Order: sequence, then C-alpha cells, then structure tokens
Amino acid sequence: MAHFRIVPDQTNIPFMRMRKWTFPLAAFLSIMSVVLFFAVGPNYGIDFLGGTVIEIQTKEEHPDMGALRSKLNGLGLGDVQVQTIGAEDSILIRIGQQDGGEEAQQAAIGKIRTALADEAEFRRTEIVGPRVSGELAFNGSMALLATFAAIAVYVWFRFEWQFAVGSFISAANVVVMTFGFYVVTQHEFNLTSLAAVLTTIGYSLNDTVVVYDRIRETLRKYKKIAIGDLIDRAINDMLGRTVITTVTTLIALFSLYFFGGEVIQSFTAAMIFGVLAAIFSSVCVAAPILIYFGLRPDSLTKKPQTEAAGKA
Amino acid sequence: MLHFTRWKMISILTVVIVGFLIALPNLFSKETVESWPSWVPKRQLVLGLDLQGGAYLLYQVDKQDYVQKRLRTLVGDIRKAMLDEPRIGYSGLGVQGQGVQFRVRDLSQLPEVRKRLEPLQNPLGTSALGGPGVNEFNLDVGSDGVVRMSYSEAGLDQRVRQIVDQSIEVIGRRIDQLGTVEPSIQRQGSDRILVEAPGLGDPERLKSLVGQTAQLTFHLVDTGASPEGARKPGTVVLNSTDTPPVPYVLEEAPLLTGEDLADAQATFDSRTNEPVVSFRLSSTGARIFGEVTQKNVNRPFAIVLDDKVISAPVIREPILGGSGQISGNFSIQSANDLAILLRAGSLPAKLTIVEERNIGPGLGADSIAAGKLASIIATVAVCAFMVLTYGFLGWIANIAVIVNIVLIFAVMTLLGATLSLPGIAGVIITVGTAVDANVLIYERIREEFKAGRSAIASIDAGFQKALGTILDANVTTLIAALVLFYLGSGPIRGFAVTHAIGVATTIFTAFTFTRLMVALWVRWQRPTKITL
Repeated sequence: MAHFRIVPDQTNIPFMRMRKWTFPLAAFLSIMSVVLFFAVGPNYGIDFLGGTVIEIQTKEEHPDMGALRSKLNGLGLGDVQVQTIGAEDSILIRIGQQDGGEEAQQAAIGKIRTALADEAEFRRTEIVGPRVSGELAFNGSMALLATFAAIAVYVWFRFEWQFAVGSFISAANVVVMTFGFYVVTQHEFNLTSLAAVLTTIGYSLNDTVVVYDRIRETLRKYKKIAIGDLIDRAINDMLGRTVITTVTTLIALFSLYFFGGEVIQSFTAAMIFGVLAAIFSSVCVAAPILIYFGLRPDSLTKKPQTEAAGKA
Repeated sequence: MLHFTRWKMISILTVVIVGFLIALPNLFSKETVESWPSWVPKRQLVLGLDLQGGAYLLYQVDKQDYVQKRLRTLVGDIRKAMLDEPRIGYSGLGVQGQGVQFRVRDLSQLPEVRKRLEPLQNPLGTSALGGPGVNEFNLDVGSDGVVRMSYSEAGLDQRVRQIVDQSIEVIGRRIDQLGTVEPSIQRQGSDRILVEAPGLGDPERLKSLVGQTAQLTFHLVDTGASPEGARKPGTVVLNSTDTPPVPYVLEEAPLLTGEDLADAQATFDSRTNEPVVSFRLSSTGARIFGEVTQKNVNRPFAIVLDDKVISAPVIREPILGGSGQISGNFSIQSANDLAILLRAGSLPAKLTIVEERNIGPGLGADSIAAGKLASIIATVAVCAFMVLTYGFLGWIANIAVIVNIVLIFAVMTLLGATLSLPGIAGVIITVGTAVDANVLIYERIREEFKAGRSAIASIDAGFQKALGTILDANVTTLIAALVLFYLGSGPIRGFAVTHAIGVATTIFTAFTFTRLMVALWVRWQRPTKITL
C-alpha cells in the first residue's frame, strides 16, 4: 500500500548553491523589517501603549455607525476609533491614553458607559494605565532576550559553538521577520502577539535543531565528503520530515485562524507566518551558514568529550 | 528499543489510564460531577477570566497621596508635642518634600526636642527578612536648630507593604459582605493588589466597593470663617457632595473617625422615609462624642467621607447614647454600600486602578465555543493527514496525539492551572507539533528500511536514532515555553502553561507510549516489510 507523500523520497536540492540568493533574501527581509519597525512601527495595542478598548454589541442589528462615531467623538476623549468586528452589531471602540493619570482613564470609560448604556451591551472593557503599559513593554522585551539567551546556552552545551551561533542567527532572523509581518499587516501588536513571537523562537529552534542533529550525524559518518555536499545531503534527508511537520502545524494553526474566534486571530496569523519563516530560515539560513564558521568533518572527532555528552 | 519488561508496560499504561481518569471530569458539567460517588476524581480545570467572563482589577497604592496625608498628620503630632510643658518655641513648621521640617528657636532645647520626637518615629516591627525593625521616619536634629523628620526608603517600603496587607484584609471583608461573588484578592509586587472576580458581568458595583477609601471623619464646622476669607491655622476647606458643591470650613483634626464606629446599618429615616445609614459608636467613641456634643450645642458638625462633606447637621442636643444616623441623598443601594464600607473599615491609603479587564460572560462563552470547534477541526484534520501519510502507523500516531491532549488536561487539572483562550491555542499548536515526534520516528524507520535493514531492525534503529533528536528539539521548545511562563503575564502566561505542559507530555508519549504501541504492533503482526 503506497501512501501519500508530499516530498519525493530522493531529493537533491542544492541548498548550499541556493544560498547565493537565499542569504541576500533573508538579509533583505530582515533589514527591511528593522527599517519598517523604526520608520513605520507596529500598530501597538493598549497593552504597550496604554488606553482603553471596549467591545460592545449593539441592540440594533444594523447600527448607524456614523451616528455612533459622532456621538463618541463628541465626548471630548480625543480620537475615538470605532470599527466593526465580524458581525455588524459587534463594535470595537478604542480610545487613547487620557491625560491625567489613572483616574482620567476611569472617568473616560464612565462617559462612554453612560453614553451607550441604552443602545448596547458591554462585552469587554480593557483599560491599561500608563504605568502598567510601560512595565508590560519592558517585561516583554526582557522575556524576548531571556528566551534567546537560555536557548543559545542550551544549544551551545549540546552542540559545538558553530551550531549555537547558527541557530541564534536563524532564530533572530525569524523573530525580526515576524516583527516585520506585524508592521506590514498592521495587525494589532499586544501581549498575545508577543507570545506569538516568542513561540516562533521555540518553533524555529526546534526546526533548526532537527536539521543540525542530522548534519552532526552525517559529519560523523562521512569524513571524506566536502562539507557543502554533506550539509546538502543532511537537509535533503530531513526534508520529508520538515515538510510533514510544517503541514500538520499549519493545519492546526489554520483551523485556529478560521474557527478560533476573533480574539486570537492576529496571534494565529503571526504564528502561521512564523512557522513558514522558521522552515525557510532553518533550511536556507541555519544550515548553509555553518560553512562560514569553519565547520569541518574533523571538528567533531577532535572533541570526543562533547560527543560523549551529546549521546548522554 | 522494542523490548518492554512487564512492569514497565504496566506503569506506562497506568500513567495513561490515570491521566484519563483525572481529565475525565472536565467533559461533564459541574452539577453532574457533584453527583458522582466520593471516590471518583472530581477536580475540574479552572477556566480563565477570558473564558468564563469576569473582572480583573489591578490596584496600586497611591504612595504620593499616602505620604502627603501622613505628613500632614505628622505636622499635627509635632505641633502637639511642642505644646507640652515646657513649651518649645519653633518656626516654619511644614511639609517639605518627603518630610516635615521646622526650626527650633532655643538651641538649648534640642535634646528635649529629640526626646519628644523619638516616639513619633513609629517603629514598624520586624522586617520581612527577620532583621531588626525599621522606623517609618528618620529623625534628624541639626545643631543649627533645623529639625527634620523624613521618610526613609526602607520605612516607606515597609509601610507600603503593611498598607497592602491591611488593604487586602479590608477588601476581603467588604466583598464578604456583598456575598454574591467569590473573587481572589492577591498581593502583586510590592505595592499592588490584584482582584479577580470570575463570572461577574458588571464590575461597576465591585469597583465602587473595592476602590473607595471610605475614610469617615466627623469634624466641627468653623462657622466664624468664610471659605474665601482668612482662616485660623488648623482648619481646612472641604466641599460637599451637593451639586453645585458647597464649601465648608472645618477644624482639621477630626473628632471621630471610622475606627470609632462599632456598627453601621442601612435603614430608613423614621420621619422622611429616606434611606439613611445609622451607626453605633464604640464606647470610647460614644464618650468623646458625648463630651463634644455637650460643649457644642447649636453648632454644626460635618460628616466627611473621603474628603467630601456628605452632611453637616446642627447639634440640637448632646448625643450621649453613642448612636446616630447619616443622611445624604442616598439611594437604597448607596446607603447599603456605605454601611458595608463602614462596617468593613477604611482602606489605609488610596488605591488607584492601574489595569482593568472585564470580559462579559457572553463573550467568554463564545470564546469557549470557538476554541472547542477549532480544537476538534484541528485534531480531525491532523489525524486524517497522518493516516493518509502513514496508514496504520498513522493511527498509532493519532492515538498518541489524543493521549497527549488528555495528559495535558490531566496535568493542568492536577496543578490547578488556569485554562485561557491563548491556552487553548497552546493545546492546538501542541496537536500540530506532537505528531512531529512520530514523524521523526517514522521517517527514520523508512530510511533505515530503504538502506537495507530488516523491518524489525529498522523499527528498532528508527526509534534509537530519532529519540535523541526528539529530546533535543523539544527541550529547546520547552526552554522557550518556561521562560515565557516565568517572565510573561496574562495571556502570555496562559499560553506558556499549556504549551510547556504539551511539550513535556509530547516527550513522555514519544519515549514511552508510542514506543510501547509500536512494540505491541510488531509482536502482533511480525512485519517483514515497512510500508510507510
């Protein structure tokens, strides 16, 4: 009985030769992401910016958005953004940080509550004050750095330093591109988005480590083959697995995207992008880049103690 | 790799079965589970506020407000201490920055000044680390006659910690009186309090009960002075709650405070039938009130709540019984709430809401429904794909995935972890990645078989070589998830919990359960060919 295969059994894709254009592509995308991040900036949510989000369901099925807008904008709360989410009667109201500290935020939401008390049900209100938003942003950045550091240390212990540097570069590449994704799509960037970014680090490393494991094994087996061909061989050997796992993960993520509800759609979108970026990065960046670090078949045999540790 | 001793097999299966039993109550409603016999596990997952709806309120002690108020009372205390016989002459007494400062006229009195002020330093008991206690204030007596009492950093920190503890107690008492919700009240960091009230649709009443300082004080009104004109030292101008507010000139030192109350109840005024709050004073409170009212018949006194005058009745006759009532345009609910606040006591400092998230129960229910649907679709689709790709062994992978999901829920239930919407996302992503372990193993088996090994030897070698990779790959993911858990907050944490547990259960099932099932299959079928 023959089963369905996405990737044919024998592939000979010259990943090492392809690096002539995959490296510049990865570098270009990363640099563009950084430039866009600073030039345009992501659409920060209230978690990092402070402010108020209110989700209401109007009693009327087809509410008059224009009237609602002018009513809310007349409250003197600065710019009030009003948009529908999903159905016409589900409306998201966003107001910026009010001047005057924490109490001013409470006063603002009080005004909106009184203004809309008769025509809508309040499904969700979130207020993040100026102090907390600053802390959340700081803690988020710390979490990002700590994740990187912890994983680099682990890979360094388990593999040779070349692999640690390679996986670090590839993960950084994925993270930077995911930030770029948020800037380009202008999906709201909030705490949940940060979780998505951090998860793509884990996923990207997972992918990279699997390929690296294979490269290390191939290195030990064939000492006479040129390193470039060897890395190619290892990537091609793992291609079936890489694609199948990516497909199953994407299946899960797409069901979440289409059926999991509005609340986590931006999270899932970023995860989908991150998974695709991760497979690209681990196959086209993390593995070929090893050649620049002077990895040679004998760089493993010279260090038997690491090998012993690797088997433990 | 394919050989299992009997006890190993039994222990693997036991873990899986126990996991099923622990996770089982989550499939039923709370009421159904209640009716089960006592020996069946009944614990259910805790749903996050985003799933069951509720209010998340993060309060912070307003340090500056507290310091300013505290320093003002310190000024009064110092003034009183200097008035004792023999009187000490001073000038320029007032609040300066984080302290109180004044100048003593006669430098020879400085040792006496120090003796009188030392008790005002207010030792705060032993510190949290068990070391010697700190004083709330540092006392600094300069040889040039300048005396300064100021907050020490340690003193203020310690005081704020006490305030948080006291506030948690007061808030707990207030909410108990309300009786309908069961929120959790926790300290967060050094100066914050987190109140979470699951299942609460409208948080406004809770907010007004929790956040109000409810500092009740009685003051004599200085009828001789006008609010706009010159006032005597030691008086303040406070506005009433009327619209438009009416200003009153009051003696700053209160006659009585909320501490002197023994009880408060919402009732109706016997003449006007308006809702009022009747109160009863403690015995000392009653004695003081009796003396004061005796001396000040026909003068008004003001009842002040959080720096607002709620009423200013005129004393018609001495009030000796120690009870009275507060009227002030109350509704039945506001009279009731004030009675609750007065019974529960006042907050030692002002609390401000720095973060608030309310999810209506309707939205939570929608999220649960969406999460369920997405999980089912994801699981079915991934399982179908695995069977398409691997045939019979695909089914083994699918059983492993389902065991994985069950174990995630079992561990979550055991740990009492909270399931949130990002948490459901974590489970779904685990479904996608858990099969990775099986994919790695199967692909390796295929490869070994293609390289010319016998079927059984390929399976053996496939496991042997793939497990190392699985461990490495999953440990990196686990590290990322653990860092997320420790450093993240809110939604990040919710996601990290299920993701981390999911990775751990993935490693467990790959190393034990999947291997066991494949071993049983090999023993049963004795395959000579691998059709993967």
